[in-house]
Formats: sequence, C-alpha cells, structure tokens
Amino acid sequence: MSTPEHSAPLLRMAKRGEMLPAWKAWGIRVIALLLSLVVSGIVIVMVSGLNPAAVFATMFDGAVGTSKRAWVTVRDAMTLLCIAVGLAPAFKMRFWNIGAEGQILVGAIASAACMIYLKNLPTPVLLLVMICASLIAGGVWGFFPGLFKARWNTNETLFTLMMNYIAIQLTSYFVALWENPYGSNSVGVINSQNKQGWLPNLFSSGFNKDFGWNVIIVLTVTVLMYLYMNKSKHGYEIAVIGDSENTARYAGIRVNRAYVRTIILSGAICGLAGFVAVSGASHTISTSTAGGRGFTAIIVAWLAQFNSVVMVIFSFLLVFLQKGAQAIASAYNLSQEVSEMITGIILFFLLGSEFFVNYTVHFNGRRGQR
Amino acid sequence: MAVPCAIKMENITKRFGKVVANDHINMELHKGEILSLLGENGSGKTTLMNQLSGIYFPDEGQIYVHGKPVTIGSPKDAFDCGIGMIHQHFKLVDVFTATENIVLGLEGEGKFDLKAAGAKIKEICDRYGFDIKPDQKIYDMSVSQKQTVEIVKVLYRGADILILDEPTAVLTPQETDKLFDIMRAMKKDGKSLIIITHKLHEVLDVSDRVAVLRKGEYIGDVMTKDANQQSLTDMMVGHSVTLNIDRPEPRNPTPRLELRNLTVYDELGVKRLDNVSFTAMGGEILGVAGVAGSGQKELLESIAGLYPVRSGEIIYHNPVSGKSENLVGKDPLDIKKAGVGMSFVPEDRLGMGLVGTMGMTGNMMLRSWRKGKGPFVDRKNPEELANHIWKELEVVTPSTSFPVRRMSGGNVQKVLVGREIAQEPSVLMSAYAVRGLDINTSYAIYNLLTEQKMKGVAVIYVGEDLDVLLELCDRLVVLCGGQVSGVVDARKITKEEVGLLMTQHRKEEAV
Repeated sequence: MSTPEHSAPLLRMAKRGEMLPAWKAWGIRVIALLLSLVVSGIVIVMVSGLNPAAVFATMFDGAVGTSKRAWVTVRDAMTLLCIAVGLAPAFKMRFWNIGAEGQILVGAIASAACMIYLKNLPTPVLLLVMICASLIAGGVWGFFPGLFKARWNTNETLFTLMMNYIAIQLTSYFVALWENPYGSNSVGVINSQNKQGWLPNLFSSGFNKDFGWNVIIVLTVTVLMYLYMNKSKHGYEIAVIGDSENTARYAGIRVNRAYVRTIILSGAICGLAGFVAVSGASHTISTSTAGGRGFTAIIVAWLAQFNSVVMVIFSFLLVFLQKGAQAIASAYNLSQEVSEMITGIILFFLLGSEFFVNYTVHFNGRRGQR
Repeated sequence: MAVPCAIKMENITKRFGKVVANDHINMELHKGEILSLLGENGSGKTTLMNQLSGIYFPDEGQIYVHGKPVTIGSPKDAFDCGIGMIHQHFKLVDVFTATENIVLGLEGEGKFDLKAAGAKIKEICDRYGFDIKPDQKIYDMSVSQKQTVEIVKVLYRGADILILDEPTAVLTPQETDKLFDIMRAMKKDGKSLIIITHKLHEVLDVSDRVAVLRKGEYIGDVMTKDANQQSLTDMMVGHSVTLNIDRPEPRNPTPRLELRNLTVYDELGVKRLDNVSFTAMGGEILGVAGVAGSGQKELLESIAGLYPVRSGEIIYHNPVSGKSENLVGKDPLDIKKAGVGMSFVPEDRLGMGLVGTMGMTGNMMLRSWRKGKGPFVDRKNPEELANHIWKELEVVTPSTSFPVRRMSGGNVQKVLVGREIAQEPSVLMSAYAVRGLDINTSYAIYNLLTEQKMKGVAVIYVGEDLDVLLELCDRLVVLCGGQVSGVVDARKITKEEVGLLMTQHRKEEAV
C-alpha cells in the first residue's frame, strides 16, 4: 500500500490541564484590552486618518470629562448593573431570560404610574411604594414564562422574548394615556415642578452634588445578590440546577419550584431597574426606556460569569465605551457606526480572551517534529 | 530482509497540560497478529491509539506504517494509511441503514452508487461471517450488531490494521466469543489487529502478544502463551497484588427493600421495566447482572424516586422502627423525609451524581445542603468531609475546590462513592461502581461495599464484569430486556449460566 504524504496540523488547541492562577487569567484579559485598543487605533487611522491618541482622549473626555458627564456615565452604568444583577440568577440556572427589556418596561410603567397617581404621598413613602410596585410588576412578568416552563416545559427563550413585545405595546398604551402636553406623543418629564418620586441626590453640595441614590440602591442589590448566590441555600440550588437538572433532582431539589422562584426574582430586579431608570434618571417613560439595555446586560452578566461584584467593572466598561463612542462621533463628525465598530472590536477581544484563559495553543513548526 | 512491522511507533509522547499521557512509547504491531494493549484505566491506552487513528496528534515521536514514516493529522489520513479504529462509543446515525452509515463521509465524483456499495458490504460480510443486513436501520440493531457495522465500516474503507477500543464492554459472554471468532478470521486474512482491554481472560483468550502500559509508560510485551492472569496483573499494577475478594456469609439477612411487579415506561412510551419483583436483604450484596441497557438504570432510578413508575410497589422495611412503607410516588426529598437512608451511585456520574463545575466541597453539599435552619448553607462540615475523603481514598486533586469535572474518571468516582458511603445508608445502590478505577482502588471499593454489607446495609450492586459479580455478590438478579430472567445464588451459578439468562429473552424472540 502506498504511504501518502500528509502534513502535520499547523496549530493545535488543548484544554488547559489545570486552572490558571487568577492573576494570570486577569493578565490575559488586560492584554486583550490593550490589544483591542491598538487594533481599534489602527482602524481609526485607516478609516479616518485621525490621530488615535487624540481619539482615545476624546473618548475619555466624553465619558468622564466633566462632573456632569461622569454622573451620567455612573447613572447609566448603575441601571445596566441592576439589570445584569437581575439576569444573573436566571442565567446561572440556564434559564435564558432574554425578557429583561419587557421586565424593565413594566417596572418603569409601575413606577411612572405611582408618580402620576400617588404624587401626594410623602416622598419616602412614595419612593417605597414605587420600589415595591416595580418589583412586583417585573416579578409578574417573569412569573408567567417560569410557570409555563415548569408546568409544560415551554421554551423560555421564545416566551420571555415575546413578553417583551407585550410590554412594549403596554408602554405605548400608557404613553398615549399619560400624554403630556396633549399631542406631543410623549409623556414628558413627570412631576417636573415638585419632583415627587424623583430619587434625591446623595449630596446637597460640592463636586459630587449630581450623584443620586441610584448608586446606593443598586450597589446594595448587587451585594445582596452576591450573598444570595454564593452563601444561601437557594443560591446553591441555582448553581446545581444550572450544572445538571438531573443532579438537582438527585439531590432532592424541587427543580420546578426553583425555576419559578428564581425567574420571579430575576424579573423583579429587572423591574427595579425600570424604577431606577425612571425615578433616578429620565423621569419619564417611553418605549425606549429600556433601550436595548436588557440585551446589553446579558453581555455584562456573561462577561462577569454571573459574579455580581465583577459585573460592576463590566457595566462601567460598557457604558464608558458607549459614551466615549458617542463623543468621538460628534467631535470628529464620524458616523455612529465607526464608534460602534470600536466598541465591537473591544468586546471581541475581551470575549475572545476567555478562549486563551481556558485553552493553550501549540504551533507546529519544524521544531515540533523531533 | 525481515517483513516490516504493520505499525511501528517510535518515542511517541503526548501531554495534556502537565499530565504526560504517553511518555516516549516505542511499540510495534507485527503483520497478521492480534496484539492486546493492556493497562489500567488512565494508563494511556486509548490516547496512544487515538494518535494512530488521527484524533490526537503526537507532541513528539514518529509513526511508521509498513516501514514508511507517516504523519497522521486527521482520521482521513489514518484511513489513507489503512488504519481503522472501532471506538468504544459507536459513531453511527440511528435513522440511517447499515449501508448508509458505512459509506457516510466517503468522497467521490458524481452520483453515489448505493447498490454497488451494498454489494461490496455483502461481500465483506460473507467473507468474515458477519450477520448484519445492509438495509437494516441502526435503531433496529442490537449493540453487537452496531459494533459489527463499525467493523464493516473500517473494512469497507480498506483498512488492514484494525484497532478495537474495549469492544467487549457492551457484549454478553456469548457475543464476545463470536467477536473473537471474527477477529481470528480477520487475522487469518492477513489483517493486523490491536485490541484494547483490561479484562485479563480476554487477553489470554484472543491475542498472540500482550503489550502493557502503566501510567503512560510502556512496560514491555510478552507472548500470550507465556503469560497468565497473575503475571499480567503484576505487570499492569507494577507490584504483586492478590486478586481475591473476601466474601463473608451474610449475617442475619432481613428483607429491606421489596419490589413488587414494578413496571416503568420511558418518555417515548417504551416499556423499560416489565413486572420486576425481587427483594433486597439488609446484610447482603445483591448483584444486578445484564447486558448494558437491560433496565439497570431505570431500576435504580425508580427506587431512588427519579423515574416515574407506571405500576407496582417498592416497599421499604425500616430496620429501626419496623414499619413498612411504599416508596412509589415519592421524590428523593420525600424519601429522605420518610427516614429512608438511601445512597445512590448513579451510572452517569457528572450528569446525575455530581456537579461538574463545583469542587469536592460543593459536591459534598449535595447531600447536606438542606441541613440547618436559616437561609444560608453550611460549608464547614462538607469541607471536613471533603478533606476526609481526599485523604482516605487518595483522591488526586489540587484542592477541595478544584472542579470535579476536570479530575480524571477514577478520582471523580472516588469522590462520589466516598460521599455516598459517608451518608451511613441503610440501602446502598451503585451502578458500575468501579468503572474507570484501577485495580487497587477497585478492590478497595469491593471491600468498602462488603464492609457496608456486614454493617447490615442492603447493598445493590449493578455490575458489568461477570467474574466480579460472581465473586462479590451473595445473590444475583439477572435482567434481560427489562424483565427479571432469574434470581440466583451467586455462590453456586456459573458464568455461562448467567450469560444464558442475560440473553434468554432475546433467544425467545428469535424463535
């Protein structure tokens, strides 16, 4: 029999035999971030001929250049963080909740309704009522897909996605109902005179006077979620179910009950994000109140591998990139797409770096064949 | 000049991270011989063979086929060299016929002539005496027929070097004999064969020469006629071991678990257990024998409350309170609350018994997480148990938080068995408890089970190795196609008799 000529494979990938120490893993991620900046710099030069250093400076300035801008960045990061924290338990359980958009919207509707109809309540009471209402609304929005999954094993991805459209239609209805001024086709800033139901500022004066209670509320939820996921019995159940439903049943976990309970929690916190968005930021409601953040938060949750404390970093990073990209677009008269390319490049490198955390790559040079 | 070897491997080295799976291995396969590749689990047998079949690429070393140096970078390259491997897990498309599976993936110009292929397959079958029908769908076939299709597949591609990876694991003794006849016929036809196995009597039965691997190293080879079970074991393990299982007489056996007319169906409405009745006694080891897939999994899962029962009863006689209780309709939590100390080592370790992404501690918690009041879990006691098992069973892992998924099969098994025995159960069920373990650890597990038996535990042991079943157990339940084809005294019955019981049902169908 003839022996045919074959060439050795050029590169081979192998799963790492053991876990990388944390500093090495983070080193790889930082290198990826730096590389992504280099590559996006090259792209900027190629596309626009601008000095990349100046572009990055503009980006930085656009995101955190002034106290006001810094606050907007923090505020949006907090909203995004709140959603990501809400998604974490569902995703950790392998329950693909892509219905955060809808859960945010119903939470926002509930908050706005309280602001409009209950504005005569004292501020602390009103705020508490708003928080509860948004939690309940989001929880209800999560409950149905959870119940159907537990009872009839429906596909939660489709179900939660379709619940988004219902929430959008509901929002349109309430926008029409609360239209102000008449004919504007928007709700306008609610309670703009006396600011009932607005989250108050944290500090009354000084450089930081812009900063509101959003930060406190969201960070508290983040820490509580961290404890819930890592220390509580429920958190343990979620981790086991996420790994293997059969193992969970084997360990005497009532899987269906855990599904429903967890998705209610997930929806409720996303609903709370609706409250944070309405009461702490826009003070109005429209169909774009969620604005795709329910999907962006999925990226945050996965990047942080469902660790709610790590999510703080990634929420900031993503919002920072977004704000910076907008600043470049307007400063250099570039289209929004160019700035989105930069965001895309950076995310590509960050997500891609996980491959190098988990795998090693061997190149087969001549030396490989001894 | 001497005839060149069919295969010569020179200094083959393969590493996975820090683990050296094959360490500078030099091995030869002569033309027209059957070579047994013997070694314990994790000794690197399959890794070595996967480098011949193009699944892995060696880090170092050179392979020669019929004397010529070759580079095998993909399964296709391997076929071009005339090397075909029959894997332990069949790679067949269920809804295709035998012919379609055999020609799947072949390249060629123009329209494919399925008829000509069928004729060629028929010719191969006739030559070696395979009994498969080319037009039969895979899902209609028995395990042994599927294996035959895999063998025909590599022959069809013109392989003259065949590698069989643990081919007998899924076969009855009778089917094994038939396979060995086929192997001898192929050898007579000039083919060279390698059979990977860890069953010694098979090695002695079928092969001409034995090559032994231990912990990734090539220990040496012997002619089969000069070897016996003890000498091979010593080579495999590296030191002298005794192969006797201590089987004390059961002490005062009392009925613990009584199955009455148990019938279960799977999700697709196929009957998996048919009117199964037997009693497991406290203080004895009850073995469950049967060809893989005869209902063993369903049986254990039904008892554990993890499989829906259509009809029948599972009565538990509580040795403490003396009460009897039906367990049908209870889930694992209910069973626990009813005061039944049930331990279960399921077949699918990472899919059912353990959480792959968690470390040993997290896995210990599977049995204890509900303990204690309040919403928070206790980590301290599970941590202690994990440390205890780590030391006691010599689990190889960097720490108790290292994900068990990334441990080797044998270590995963130790974690699971260790945890289940630590529950101090009154019923201990285990499915293939020693699969993936080396000989020393296997015997350690047998001793642990016997220890449990002497404590009065009702041990139910589902096994695949008939020799072990006959040496370890007090009584045997033989399953065949979901039915009990016999409950026998393991001290008195012979292996051949059990083999017949295992296939009785099928024979009746054939008539």
